[in-house]
Amino acid sequence: MNKIGLIIKREYLTRVRNKTFVLTTILMPLLIVVLIAGSVYLSVKGKEELKIAVVDNNGFFKNNLKNSGDIDFNFPEGVDTSNYLDKGYSAILLIPKFEGTEKTQYIIRSKKSIGLGTKESIEGKINDAIEDNMLQQAGVRRNELDSIHTKSQFAELKSLLEHGNKAEESNQGLAYGIGYASGILIYITMLIYGMMLLRGVMEEKTNRIAEVIVSSVKPFELMMGKIIGIGAVGLTQFLMWIVLIIILTSAAQAFIPHDILEQVRTMQQNNGAMPGGGMMQASESAQKIYNFQHTMNTANWPLIICCFIFYFLGGYLFYAALFAAVGSVVEDVQNSQSLSLPVTMPIIFSFLIMSIVVYSPDTKLAVWASIIPFSSPIVMMARIAYGVPGTVPYWQLIVSILCLIGGFLFTTWLAGKIYRTGILMYGKKVTWKEMIKWAFRG
Amino acid sequence: MNLLEVKNLRKYFATQKAVDDISFNIEKGSIFGLLGPNGAGKTTLIRMITGIFYPDEGQIILDRKTFDPVNDVGQIGYMPEERGLYKKMKIGEQAVYLAQLKGLSKDVATQKVKEWFVKFDMQSWWNKKIEDLSKGMSQKLQFVITVLHEPKLIILDEPFSGLDPVNANLIKDEIYGLAQRGSTIIFSTHRMEQVEEICDHIVLVNLGKKILDGTVHNIKQEFKENKFSIQLTELPANLASSAFDVVDQKANKLVVKIKDGFKSNDVLQHFLQQQVNIEGFNEILPSLNDIFIMEVEGTRSRTRAFQTVA
Repeated sequence: MNKIGLIIKREYLTRVRNKTFVLTTILMPLLIVVLIAGSVYLSVKGKEELKIAVVDNNGFFKNNLKNSGDIDFNFPEGVDTSNYLDKGYSAILLIPKFEGTEKTQYIIRSKKSIGLGTKESIEGKINDAIEDNMLQQAGVRRNELDSIHTKSQFAELKSLLEHGNKAEESNQGLAYGIGYASGILIYITMLIYGMMLLRGVMEEKTNRIAEVIVSSVKPFELMMGKIIGIGAVGLTQFLMWIVLIIILTSAAQAFIPHDILEQVRTMQQNNGAMPGGGMMQASESAQKIYNFQHTMNTANWPLIICCFIFYFLGGYLFYAALFAAVGSVVEDVQNSQSLSLPVTMPIIFSFLIMSIVVYSPDTKLAVWASIIPFSSPIVMMARIAYGVPGTVPYWQLIVSILCLIGGFLFTTWLAGKIYRTGILMYGKKVTWKEMIKWAFRG
Repeated sequence: MNLLEVKNLRKYFATQKAVDDISFNIEKGSIFGLLGPNGAGKTTLIRMITGIFYPDEGQIILDRKTFDPVNDVGQIGYMPEERGLYKKMKIGEQAVYLAQLKGLSKDVATQKVKEWFVKFDMQSWWNKKIEDLSKGMSQKLQFVITVLHEPKLIILDEPFSGLDPVNANLIKDEIYGLAQRGSTIIFSTHRMEQVEEICDHIVLVNLGKKILDGTVHNIKQEFKENKFSIQLTELPANLASSAFDVVDQKANKLVVKIKDGFKSNDVLQHFLQQQVNIEGFNEILPSLNDIFIMEVEGTRSRTRAFQTVA
């Protein structure tokens, strides 16, 4: 036992002290923030600018097609498909003759292909113009209709979940977000730490230090020490990320003006309303913060965090043993890639299943995939966010947890047998068939 | 007193009988040579003695008790033929870590590593990494790591390969010193001149079986062909004798083979009677190298083709 402790300590310290570990731990959240901000920025700013020449023989659109930021409609004379590029237009829109109200095809030609978003917005503009025209014919004014539209938005659907005798508020958007995010996190970490373990085992084998160490400790102890040590590295990284997030959010809170925070606090005390019967109106930003906090509170955070840690550790242990087994039989990177494919495939599959399940957490596929230990670490997290015991009944959660525990005990046992033989075998290409033979050879 | 007794050890793998009924004893404080050609089963045998493999059959007795692979690892130091250390780990930390795995406490381990580093003039290496060391340097380090925890039984697989003569002598002296202080050493090699020089007792294995066992002196005696070389001042008139045949003749030096039923004195007597001066008279013993080649060649026709194990 003492010796496993030594091995865990070495595996842990050599990795945590490593500069790349410190850097990735700090840079990862920053990188994610930059990536999100960057993609938002690009999607807002990076739209293509189009100067469109419209050829309209009906003479209808000339004053009805509205320009918007990036799209500029022009109605020049004497432009056709052969010369619009020379005249400085980036696209030409050909409008057919009107024939009743049937669907007709409009054609836009351009040299550079037009993005999907832009295409849709042009289509929308054309249809808006047609709609305007129809409204006019029916004697309805556009701005009247618009004001009715906005005024009629009375109904707000709030979904409540039966929870014992009381119904609790639920939020599908948040559940989706949590489910997807934790699924991705578990998926990525399982692969990263699994491969890290594989490389570590392979290094010991190719360096031949394995033989020195197994003359001091049992191969199984060495394997378990490595698995636990690297798992602890992963857990440390998560904890550091959580601390970073807490620091960043409280730092962000420091930028919120004091009076707004004050308003948020009163809203919290009064269940979302401002006291004084509308005399005191909450400012817009206070309302937003309150809504955000209110939404976040609909999730059962303690349960989600506990389950996340369990499924992260369980999933890691389940696959880590298999990665260790592969690492013990290979001597070069190429061979390790082909042999680890059967281990990485189920992980990738579970990720695909998760991205379906996160939309529809109640299907048969969802239930089964969240119970079978091959996929449960990733898939179950996508369902748990939708609520326990609402979406995931207790029995499913318990069966899933038991299956995963049984699963990783089994893979560890199996891998231990492969590892024991593989770690001391050199100069021989091993196949999965042989590995399975070693595993079940009593 | 025997430190290690190996009794009827067997280990069969799927395709070969790696170790097939081998027994021998090693006396405490002796230097024992385990010899054999490549693939003879030496490594498998060593791995069973170090507790890495469990034997299929047979018994290993260490220090009068049945060998317990879990608790006795601290009694054994093993330096495998293929050396291995963590490339990226600092040398001092690595040595302490490996000593701790052998059961030493951290303080004792650190103390011991420092002592050995001073002894081998390696203090400046402490914060270096293995990848900075030459092959010979890492060899020295590996030796230190092997003997650091003062094991009763030290197993060295080709300890001198890659060492220059100066460092080889340093290690050799250290091996003698360890044996004098009561450690028992198993020395596995193909280099017969080293075996003749260092080992008290040898065992030769081939094809998983033991084919020779005894002290270096006894084995040579066993394989001697009763040949003697005689250096004379001049050749006598009569060389023919009923006691011996002349096998080789170079100037005034003869090589003779004594016939059965006669002794070396009979040869001397023959020449003394002839009034020639004898300047030298030596028995010609076969070298271990010759014996090794002879014994291994004899079994070569059955070389390790993969046999099926019944």
